[in-house]
Amino acid sequence: MCGLCGVLGGSDHWTDAAARPGIFTRNTDPASRRRERMHRVAAANCILKHYRLTLADWQGSTFLLSTATGKTEIVDNLAHLWAAAERLLGRRCDPLDPDLIARLETGRE
Amino acid sequence: MSEPSPQFTPVTLITGFLGSGKTTLLQRLLREPALADTAVLINEFGEIGLDHHLLERIDETMVVLQSGCLCCTIRGELSTAIRELHSKRERGVVPAFRRLVIESSGLADPFPILSTVQADPVLRHHFRLGNVITTVDAVNGMSQLDAQPESVRQAAAADRLVLTKTDLAAADTVQTLVERLRRINPTAPIWRSAEEEVDATALLSSDANGAERWWPEHASPVPDSHAHHDRNRHDDDIRAVALSFAEPVDWAMFGVWLTMLLHRHGNEVLRVKGILNVADAQTPVAVHAVQHLVHPPRHLAAWPDADRQSCLVIIVKGLAPATVERSLRSFAMTMP
Repeated sequence: MCGLCGVLGGSDHWTDAAARPGIFTRNTDPASRRRERMHRVAAANCILKHYRLTLADWQGSTFLLSTATGKTEIVDNLAHLWAAAERLLGRRCDPLDPDLIARLETGRE
Repeated sequence: MSEPSPQFTPVTLITGFLGSGKTTLLQRLLREPALADTAVLINEFGEIGLDHHLLERIDETMVVLQSGCLCCTIRGELSTAIRELHSKRERGVVPAFRRLVIESSGLADPFPILSTVQADPVLRHHFRLGNVITTVDAVNGMSQLDAQPESVRQAAAADRLVLTKTDLAAADTVQTLVERLRRINPTAPIWRSAEEEVDATALLSSDANGAERWWPEHASPVPDSHAHHDRNRHDDDIRAVALSFAEPVDWAMFGVWLTMLLHRHGNEVLRVKGILNVADAQTPVAVHAVQHLVHPPRHLAAWPDADRQSCLVIIVKGLAPATVERSLRSFAMTMP
């Protein structure tokens, strides 16, 4: 673990495999890993904002998923994200939902 | 055993419905030099382990699982059996096998077996998933696909399809079955074991996930199931969505989309396979998933040809292909 940035070896969920050779290599180039992580958070937030949820990185080791009223859950990776989002929302998060697709296509929230 | 064991021992799964010729295929394969140093795990269904007695090669690296169907009741036992084999290999009790073949019960859904290998905290550090080889009986295959949802899942999960008993079936029956299998799984090469020499190396080659071989040859004939319904009255409700993207794919957004899709529709997404042109990556990335189980993506050494388009085949059951495509494209448009 890097004492400065708090990045552990990195989890091995498949979505953490970044667009570079040596996927799942641990303890290499923590700055890149951190950058990729931030990008992942930004990508998730592009979708989550349609549910009025936000995702934030916590110390490079986990994520915090919060509602607009501050209700928060800790999630380890993107796979766990959607189960947590549904718990917080009390409804389903479906990528095939026509309303969500229409919102994404038009860019409206 | 002069060569050391590989860091990750490939696990090949041979599946297929009851009586579809799994054991016969295994018998044939075990005679091949390519399968020297192979340990075999057999699942027994029922009280009499017939398959076990039919196999020629029974040695101390073979463990017979006696407690029923592999998919539901003995995941723990499968994990224990593989761990035990690994332990024996490390201690030198059994020869240092370099490959593990699991012959599943004919009634097993292959997904839990695959997830056992990939998710078990010990196994995942010593074994990796190899190919799923599915045998389909040319004589009874159509009726099994009609009546048994497991057999559809087995065909959809296959990296390699082996059509058995083709010498016993009428030519048009075989042709109809091949068309139907193509519809269920357009990415897996099909061998006719009665007529063709089954090339053990190609069947077991670990680059099945690499997608170099299947894509150029098998991508284009993804059949439109609606175009075939006159000839084929069977409706599996299974559709293959074949997508291509000219623009580089944002890996993070693709991950957001696929995790969301698999979370909500994992049981209906039978298979995802593709080569992606990932933004900022020089070489293509192969993705491969069976239901909820996503294999670690792999960077391939190079593009197979000059075409740099991302290609993705998604096999869905009961989902509208157009909606899946529109959903993925709408996510891709939403770049951070």
